[in-house]
Amino acid sequence: MNKRSSWALPYFIFLVLFVVMPLVLIVLYAFQDASGHFTLANFTKFFTDGDALSTFALSIEVALENTLLCIAIGYPAAYILADRRLNRSAVTVVLFILPMWVNALMRTLATAELFNMAGITLGKGTLLFGMCYDYLPFMIYPIYNVLNKMDKSYAEAAEDLGAKPWEVFAKVTLPLSMPGVVSGIMMVFMPTVSTFAISEFLTNNKIKLFGTIIQENINNSMWNYGAVLSLIMLVIIAITTVLQGSDSREAAEGGAI
Amino acid sequence: MDERIIDIKHVSKSFGDKNVLRDISLYVKKGEFVTLLGPSGCGKTTLLRMLAGFLQPDEGEILMDGKDLTLVPPHQRRLNTVFQRYALFPHLDVYDNIAFGLKLKKTPSDEIDKKVRKVLKLVSMSDYEDRDVESLSGGQQQRIAIARAIVNQPEILLLDEPLAALDLKMRKDMQIELKEMHKKLGITFIYVTHDQEEALTLSDTIVVMNDGKIQQTGTPIDIYNEPVNCFVADFIGESNILNGRMLRDRRVSFINQEFDCVDEGFGEDVPVDVVVRPEDIYFTTDPARCQFKAKVNSCTFKGVHYEMWVDTESGYELMIQDYDPYPVGSEVMLYIDPDDIQVMKKERLANTYGCKVTGEGKVQFLDTDFECGTEGFQSGDSATATISFKDVELLDHEEDADLVGNIVSILYMGDRYHLTVKTETGENIWVDTNDIWDKGDFVGIKILPESIRLSKSAEGNE
Repeated sequence: MNKRSSWALPYFIFLVLFVVMPLVLIVLYAFQDASGHFTLANFTKFFTDGDALSTFALSIEVALENTLLCIAIGYPAAYILADRRLNRSAVTVVLFILPMWVNALMRTLATAELFNMAGITLGKGTLLFGMCYDYLPFMIYPIYNVLNKMDKSYAEAAEDLGAKPWEVFAKVTLPLSMPGVVSGIMMVFMPTVSTFAISEFLTNNKIKLFGTIIQENINNSMWNYGAVLSLIMLVIIAITTVLQGSDSREAAEGGAI
Repeated sequence: MDERIIDIKHVSKSFGDKNVLRDISLYVKKGEFVTLLGPSGCGKTTLLRMLAGFLQPDEGEILMDGKDLTLVPPHQRRLNTVFQRYALFPHLDVYDNIAFGLKLKKTPSDEIDKKVRKVLKLVSMSDYEDRDVESLSGGQQQRIAIARAIVNQPEILLLDEPLAALDLKMRKDMQIELKEMHKKLGITFIYVTHDQEEALTLSDTIVVMNDGKIQQTGTPIDIYNEPVNCFVADFIGESNILNGRMLRDRRVSFINQEFDCVDEGFGEDVPVDVVVRPEDIYFTTDPARCQFKAKVNSCTFKGVHYEMWVDTESGYELMIQDYDPYPVGSEVMLYIDPDDIQVMKKERLANTYGCKVTGEGKVQFLDTDFECGTEGFQSGDSATATISFKDVELLDHEEDADLVGNIVSILYMGDRYHLTVKTETGENIWVDTNDIWDKGDFVGIKILPESIRLSKSAEGNE
């Protein structure tokens, strides 16, 4: 090991302790029973447990709905923010990003309190509202970033070649902003699959998401089953990442926060 | 060929309080290669963007084939643009970039195919259809950008400094190709550049612009040989620009010497600007031909010719280009042909500003208070203040200065520098000085009371 590479040592130790070790532990626990013997029982338990499977399906469904909702609201918002004719001030951009500076748990609790005050029954609607409220900035910002940096001459070139304003958007602006959308999806979809706090507070635990049952199992010292559930979620996240992998380099350019 | 395709009438445009274009009138004939030439910030790109439809004039109108273009959006104009940085769509390959316009017009796909192939051949880029545009070199992207524009068969092709991003060799090659393409296509080209050599090479007509105004319109030969003012003479090619005096028709004096010339109609004993191109001053060994003597003070090899600076006996410095070098320090005999002396009317003889007398010995102009003799004027009177170029003092600090400004242009007049200083309120002050300043320098301006002459007429600002 030469002198330069020894500088990497602290990071190496950090990665081993806090990234590799936990992953290895999750895999080990997943294939063990409570007494430490190898077993596949934890997996069979999950795949035969109707409740767990439906919770899993519901989690994916809620995450998809939330992601679509965030795109539907976030894209137009980002477009308006990035258009200098519609938005002349950098302050409005900051205002959209500002909620991220407040602790997500506090925001969620406050939202729940607002619903209670307004007498709105907590349920799936309030859950989606809360999720969208929490994750919208993560969708807006990467899209805004891409649109803002986009060379205006692309749109002008399209117009020059005969495209009407909506054609300019459909054929040039939208496709060129896809890296931002992909990066937004990654930042919204993945955390919503695993969230448990929002569903707990905004549905009074009426709706359980996948994150919730992982938390419950771990809290009740069901380490092995909890590890299996965590592993399954990791696989789901890995799959979505790979699916978006072809765009991931551009997405990185799109700019996370 | 004499049919006008574009008619620009009294167009003005400002961004904020900056006047980018001031009362531009210009026409373009069908099939012409017209170049808008000028330094950056002269308004040439703004004018091009107006033709394309991305900007609207504040005043005036633009006609195409006699019809007003003002309300026609860019996508309905029968002209196409080649953008400065090409603006090729990165998410489409070469074929789809070129087919973009045709697809929007719902052209049948076999026809698109034929046209794309034809235009790719024209720009010598056959076999590149499936390439990713970002994998192409600058020159190749340039060709695709041109192909994408001309495949739509526009009546006018607008080109916004299309060669600026290419290296010198590539630029020269593309110039020749553009010229050939223009001949082959037979459509009107309107070309924007700040490169005078490019403009001279390519154009049928050059429109020289500066400070939002058209300085001169003409063929490359006209512009080069007969510049109408110092700016054009200085901007196009190398020049010796000198103060002179028109003695009578066909007789002019400059560098303390009288010369025959071919210009007439200036009147007698009138101050003028004289332009002599450095290649038009000849060396001679025949004392009978010698008009004036000088001493060579520098000699530099420039590839084809030598560039020499000489000091005349009368104390002026001139640039001469010749194929043969003369050693530094040698005495040389020189002459200039009458044909090669270009005489220009002086744009101004002194700084003049409309001013207001604000009190005993006090006047106000350029948004600044000055002291000067006000005999014969009463407080509140309007008058004209005249300050000769050499009486304006430039300071390199703000203290003691009456006002401040930036040097926007420097003209070497053989024995002094003629500077244009733009004040913070956007007005120009012209200064003659022997000191060396740089373009862009921030300077303090001082005008002494005895240098300001007041006269009655309130008209004639500048």
